[in-house]
Amino acid sequence: MTRPAAWVALVLGLLYFVIPLWGMAEFSLRMRRGVYSLDAYGSVLANPEFQRTFGFSVLMAVVTILVGVLLVVPTAYWVRLRMPRLRPVVEFITLLPLVIPAIVIAFGYIRLYNTGSWLPLTGTAGGANVLLLMGYTMLALPYMYRAVDTGLASVDVRTLTEASQSLGAGWGTILGRVILPNVVVAVLSGAFLTFAIVIGEFTFAALLDRPAFGPFMQRVGEDSAYEPSALAVIAFAITWACMGLIGLVTRTQKHTRAGA
Amino acid sequence: MAYLDILNLQKSFGANRVVRDFSLPIDKGEFVSLLGPSGCGKTTVLRMVAGFETPDEGAIRIEGRDVVPLRPNQRNIGMVFQSYALFPNLTVAGNVGFGLKVAGVAGAETRARVAEMLELIGLPEMGGRYPFQLSGGQQQRVALARALAPRPRVLLLDEPLSALDAKVRVRLRGEIREIQRRLGITTIFVTHDQEEALSISDRVVVMNGGVADQVGTPFAIYNQPATPFVAGFVGALTPIEATVVDPRAGTVSSGGMVMHLGRALPMAAGTVVPIALRPESVRLGREAGREIVLPATARAVEFMGSVIRIRAEAGGQSFLLDTFNRADAPPPQPGEPVEISFSGRDVIVIGG
Repeated sequence: MTRPAAWVALVLGLLYFVIPLWGMAEFSLRMRRGVYSLDAYGSVLANPEFQRTFGFSVLMAVVTILVGVLLVVPTAYWVRLRMPRLRPVVEFITLLPLVIPAIVIAFGYIRLYNTGSWLPLTGTAGGANVLLLMGYTMLALPYMYRAVDTGLASVDVRTLTEASQSLGAGWGTILGRVILPNVVVAVLSGAFLTFAIVIGEFTFAALLDRPAFGPFMQRVGEDSAYEPSALAVIAFAITWACMGLIGLVTRTQKHTRAGA
Repeated sequence: MAYLDILNLQKSFGANRVVRDFSLPIDKGEFVSLLGPSGCGKTTVLRMVAGFETPDEGAIRIEGRDVVPLRPNQRNIGMVFQSYALFPNLTVAGNVGFGLKVAGVAGAETRARVAEMLELIGLPEMGGRYPFQLSGGQQQRVALARALAPRPRVLLLDEPLSALDAKVRVRLRGEIREIQRRLGITTIFVTHDQEEALSISDRVVVMNGGVADQVGTPFAIYNQPATPFVAGFVGALTPIEATVVDPRAGTVSSGGMVMHLGRALPMAAGTVVPIALRPESVRLGREAGREIVLPATARAVEFMGSVIRIRAEAGGQSFLLDTFNRADAPPPQPGEPVEISFSGRDVIVIGG
């Protein structure tokens, strides 16, 4: 491809992404006739349902991140340390959520854990929250696992483990004080991606009837004109902030240049 | 009873037997090197002592107690790795104090011990730095301090100098030996570098194919090699095949050349015996006390600075000889006729 053609392709690509975003952002500012204003944003932010659903989704995101870290870090560590041959299998399993639609999993949950089952999780709000958490953890699994596994690849897991053991450390100390701090940037990358996924997730929350931010956005979209655009801009801003934080954390890490 | 007693260790990985019937008693405060080529089993022995590998058979006793059933973190054995293995997220002081913190030692005591260790390795001002801010040699010294801080019963060094450049290596090996002597800590050092092993150790174990071919002082290993492998692996030499002429008088012959070794030989006349000459035993030109003089041709000349290594050929036999560099006496050119001389007393009888 010649240089001008490459530029044309780049500009076309950028326009493809930017024009709808720009259009949406511009539309979200036109609630007041004739002038640009932040009325739509004010209306959204003042909506008590926004605060409630957003708060719920933030809480779910935080818990999902915690569960994800507790599940993924020891697994990825153990696979690298003791079962390197199983790595492709585990990677394949963690990628499954990308090919199995969330709606299939949600229906599976509802069928397995309905009120007539041996574990009627859908019968109570708490139980449904647990199912939602499981669903979110699974949705975030490909991102969390890849991020942590990449982080582990950059440290000499085996030698650091052996060094810790020879200094008297048990598994808890090794994971908590040696492995986790050395993959903290990777864990945070996974955490921010998880946060972005959970905040915008619709299928699980809607089917399990939980008061999350995704279904709220959909409801607002049914009833109003300008507010949905404002909400979409807010959602994008959250995602971008997460991406920015990944970059910021990576850059400010004191020992990122350190090898094993 | 030895302080650290390694008894009949066996270890296989699948069908591959990497350690065979390995036994080694080590006294308290002794510095023993395991020397051998890659795959000889030396690192596996070290890892079994550390607890990272479990022997198929055998025992490892420290002060009379078998440590094989213990996990690595229960053995109180310090280890230094080839790749330093410092914790990148901790400062130098954090690294050195890690073992003490794990053991639940009080903060003030840990700080005092860390300061003492940093003083010991000559880096008293470096406590606040991170590993990536240190040179390779400094990192390895910190790794040594970290291993020593919890006062281990045994110190294991797994090729700790291999990743360093030549000058730092020589300096650091001297420092390691000095610290080891000062603390009197029982140490096993694994290396494939024979010069390193000979220069630093009380005793050297030369390993080959999972077996200890020879255990002895550096002097004995170098001058009385027990097997052709030890002779060939430790130092350079000229191997010669000779026939015993008179065992009581210590006379052998090779290619018409008769050599009086000056000591009786424990084999019958007519036995073919492998003998060898170290390069430093052979001289360029005639010299008093070196009764065997051979006309030869210089074939290769390797200038190594203070020493010049020459390969000369005499009667179809290749000889290696070392001569000190002298500014007023340039070495011969390849192809140049020379005379070489040596004494029968300098001949090494391999396994004799």
